[in-house]
Amino acid sequence: MQALQDYLAMGGYAPYVWPAYGLTALVMGGLAVQAVRRLRTHQRAVAALERESAGES
Amino acid sequence: MTDTAAPAQRRWNLHRWANPGRFLRLADAVLPWLSALTAVLLAAGLVGALAVAPPDYQQGMSVKIMYVHVPSAWLALFAYTAVAAASLVALVWRHPLADIAAHAASPVGAAFTFLALATGSLWGKPMWGAWWVWDARLTSMLVLFFLYLGHMALAGAFEDPARGRKAAAVLALVGFVNVPVIKFSVDWWNTLHQTASVMRFDDPAIHASMLWPLLVMGIGFTAFFITLVLVRMKADLLAVRARNLRAMRLRGD
Amino acid sequence: MKEGGAVSAGMAATFAHVLGRDLRLALRQRGDAALSVLFFVLAASLFPFGVGANAELLARIAPGVVWVTALLAVLLSLDRLFERDHLDGSLELLARAPAPLGVIVAAKMAAHWLTTGLPVVVAAPIIAGMYALPPSGYPVLMMAMLLGTPCLSLIGGVGAALTLGARRGGVLMPLVVLPLYIPVLIFGVTAVDASLAGLPVRPHLMLLGAMLLGAAALAPWAAAAGVRQAVA
Repeated sequence: MQALQDYLAMGGYAPYVWPAYGLTALVMGGLAVQAVRRLRTHQRAVAALERESAGES
Repeated sequence: MTDTAAPAQRRWNLHRWANPGRFLRLADAVLPWLSALTAVLLAAGLVGALAVAPPDYQQGMSVKIMYVHVPSAWLALFAYTAVAAASLVALVWRHPLADIAAHAASPVGAAFTFLALATGSLWGKPMWGAWWVWDARLTSMLVLFFLYLGHMALAGAFEDPARGRKAAAVLALVGFVNVPVIKFSVDWWNTLHQTASVMRFDDPAIHASMLWPLLVMGIGFTAFFITLVLVRMKADLLAVRARNLRAMRLRGD
Repeated sequence: MKEGGAVSAGMAATFAHVLGRDLRLALRQRGDAALSVLFFVLAASLFPFGVGANAELLARIAPGVVWVTALLAVLLSLDRLFERDHLDGSLELLARAPAPLGVIVAAKMAAHWLTTGLPVVVAAPIIAGMYALPPSGYPVLMMAMLLGTPCLSLIGGVGAALTLGARRGGVLMPLVVLPLYIPVLIFGVTAVDASLAGLPVRPHLMLLGAMLLGAAALAPWAAAAGVRQAVA
């Protein structure tokens, strides 16, 4: 437990190290989530439109 | 259904879709592998950075920030180069995908530049006592951030998005040519205005045990970038296809 | 050989013709050039209100203030470069002219410098005097500005061309142009600082000269690409 606490404290630099990693994870994760969501939205739109035109013809 | 209603238009539409269609199939084939590779590299890099790598003699554990700061800075530059290269292809060869690639890559590059600045600030505070220093590297990153913002703003500033992307392409090339000039001038400025205490963002003398996690993170970030840009390009192309399908439907095809 | 001569003679003639046209137009609206200089002096006069009138401080920031306010004055005048012609359709005519658009654009940029940058350079000693710049700084300040302000017209012209017809073009252009101005600003100010410190000035002036040559070679073509996009 002490070892874990020592590790998390990062030799006193914890307020700098963890936010740095956290921010990086947040930004990269956010980019990924946003990209995938946009992709799904457009995929669904195209699929729906193609179904419609297939149904019509 | 090859009706004679608007054959030229049809052909042009097909031309527009042929390349993107091929690209979409290629992207679909590649993306699963690329995503997996990205995940593995990032995981390995993180483990290496946080668990395995030793603390620095001078900087202690704060050197761990290097493992996110330096790859972010690398990607900021790499992405700008990619945007400039794509812009060149778009302007000279008029390849329709190049425009879309530049448009997809630019915001990602801007995000990495922001990360480089933020993590650089977090690294600098315990080391030099200030949240921001006008160190040559950080200042150059700041100017690069402005270049990205200008590029993104220009691309989106026109009613016709294609016009915006073309203007942004020229700007990307102008900016790219300027990047070495800016870097040189900022270095010049920094050495001439050197304060008494030398403030420099020196990476610690890289020992092998510290180097490999950095490289792995660097490659992982790059793989992440490529994956992300491909996904964004897919989305953009599908958006165009959706728009075309709706337009065709309105025309009653 | 003869054809090469004819081509370059043709380009020179085009350059002179467009330059004369733009100068005549600017002359008819004398107020515009005066406005740029007025903004220059006014903006530079603001700083003492902001930082206090300590002569030593002002002398230290003098090169920077002169350069930054000159840069902003040029920036604000850039909409004159293409916007007017674009709005009344003459830009489209110029774009369709048989002469290379790059030459035409270069001539317009030259006219812009003559009617904006040059007056600002002439007014610079006044600002420097208000800031008690030591006498040794003046010659280099003038030389550096003579080399740097054309760069500002050239680089700014690229931004002006690319933002033609954009939404919020007025706010967008500074965002696009200012990062590109930074090297000129740095080399310009460090030149004056060097002369004040008694250090060699030549390297700084040569850097400015190199920037000018580079900008003169490349900017007209980048701006021409922007103009073509705007009139297409």
